[in-house]
Amino acid sequence: MDVKDYRFTREHEWLRPEPDNLGTMGITDYAQSQLGDIVYLELPAVGTQVTQSAKMGEIEAVKAVTEFYSPASGRVTETNQTAVASPNLVNEDPFGKGWLVRLELSQPSELDALMNYDQYRQFVAREV
Amino acid sequence: MRRHYLLPDISAPGRTGCRLPDLDVTPSALPSAEMLRTDLALPEVSEGDLVRYFTALSALNYGVDTGFYPLGSCTMKYNPKWHEDVARLPGFASVHPLQPADSVPGALRLIFELQKYLAEITGLAVSSLAPMAGAQGELAGILMVRAYHRKRGEAARRTILVPDSAHGTNPATAVMGGFGTAVVPSDADGNLDIKSLDAMMNEEVAALTLTLPNTFGLFDPQILEIARLVHRRGGLLCGDGANLNSLLGKVKFGDLGFDCVQLNLHKTFATPHGGGGPGAGPVCVNDTLAPFLPTPLVVADGRDLSFDSPPDSIGRLGAAYGNFGVMVRAYAYIRSLGAEGLKEVSENAVLNANYLKEKLKKHYHLPYDRPCLHEVVLSGKRQKVDGVRTLDIAKRLLDYGFHPPTIYFPLVVEEAILIEPTETESKETLDAFVGAMLEIAREAEENPDLLRGAPHDTPVNRLDEAAAARKPDLRWKM
Repeated sequence: MDVKDYRFTREHEWLRPEPDNLGTMGITDYAQSQLGDIVYLELPAVGTQVTQSAKMGEIEAVKAVTEFYSPASGRVTETNQTAVASPNLVNEDPFGKGWLVRLELSQPSELDALMNYDQYRQFVAREV
Repeated sequence: MRRHYLLPDISAPGRTGCRLPDLDVTPSALPSAEMLRTDLALPEVSEGDLVRYFTALSALNYGVDTGFYPLGSCTMKYNPKWHEDVARLPGFASVHPLQPADSVPGALRLIFELQKYLAEITGLAVSSLAPMAGAQGELAGILMVRAYHRKRGEAARRTILVPDSAHGTNPATAVMGGFGTAVVPSDADGNLDIKSLDAMMNEEVAALTLTLPNTFGLFDPQILEIARLVHRRGGLLCGDGANLNSLLGKVKFGDLGFDCVQLNLHKTFATPHGGGGPGAGPVCVNDTLAPFLPTPLVVADGRDLSFDSPPDSIGRLGAAYGNFGVMVRAYAYIRSLGAEGLKEVSENAVLNANYLKEKLKKHYHLPYDRPCLHEVVLSGKRQKVDGVRTLDIAKRLLDYGFHPPTIYFPLVVEEAILIEPTETESKETLDAFVGAMLEIAREAEENPDLLRGAPHDTPVNRLDEAAAARKPDLRWKM
């Protein structure tokens, strides 16, 4: 799936909708460029129930520690342990190998509230 | 560049630093073989080589005694050496914390008077010198806020508001004190966004923690309105006094409506710092919070001084009385400068920062173009276009012989460069720094690779900070 089909939050997370009400999330290229070298990821445990816009985990970069938020409500089904072992993946491939959490969505209609690719691009342009 | 070696590199078998005389007493038995290790490859060097080794290492150090140190928010000013002599007077340096109080009237007098001076300087009723450092002073403030609300039956106030420009210790302290935090955004001018504060300030908020001037080096002109808003809804206003050197003798926290403020004696009142302490973080409060002050206080009964504990005290913050040596230096600083001298401190701190701001703003992006107080925040945004980041600018400054400013803080300023020249620097030093910064701005356009590879003239070149954090290698293996 192309990044153009991802959905985006105002906090710079992305969510890739997948069949069977699943979704994969991560942080955007803009977010990783703002953070700089990422050195540590704290991801939620598999099975955790998460709520849209609520804190989901932490990302530690050389400059600062930041929280990230769940783009949708649901249950954590998988976390990216490869990225936990090599956090630089989030810098190098934020939309692909640097994904963070896979979710089973409990309210797929929530995705309508997220931005599409073009809207997100304009949002970032305004922020810069 | 000279190569720096480690002791094992110059070790030679059998070489020793000193020769012991022949043994003329009966040797005692060595511990059993299991307890003795033979696998320690201890370096074997001569005394002369050892002295040269450590002397060379000491010359690599950089501090306020070697050069300009504009590390924003840290107030790395020059500390008069005379204060060191005073702190080492035997009457102060040899006092034992467990000595009976009536055997050290001089030390008590110093604490008592310093308590009064700090209360006067901040315009608050009382101060306690018990906190050992700035962050512990903050903690004392937050614990008093908690005790105050509990005593009033308002334990439901569980949130501390913290601006997005705050020092990291502010939210950390709130959490240490058992509170949750909520972040109040800054507005486009670098002030607290008063509309957001108005919306957030409800009956669950215990206090607002505010640094004044804030970490952009800006004095918030809405401060009286902020204080009114917080108080009207039952909250308290706590000050982070980290930037007091810009207000000395000019503005008093108490007059602005602060209930409590923590000071950093080691910053504002000149004690060598930056090497991990010791510091001292006295906390000054108005009458509302006075009953909750940490213990002990020194109180007077006529000419007799003694230790006392306020009625609803949050208790002790350490085993003894705070960092007494730092109090002596602060006392000496206040007495040697006097009221007029302290005013000059803030005047020069503000003048120096504004001088740098005006000289640098043509070449570096200035996010808030208005008069600043003791420090100025720039942004490396303009250089980013040439592929140069703030980190590269900071590293290149090392080649010019300057300690870099604080970078990437405040977090809300993109590519932030926070410069605090302090009041102790001359115009010549500031001009030399401006010269280096302008030269670096030119290099960023003409030769960005030079900056990206900096520093070039230091004992070690660019360190890989990401690798250091991802795969820390904390032990040198023999």
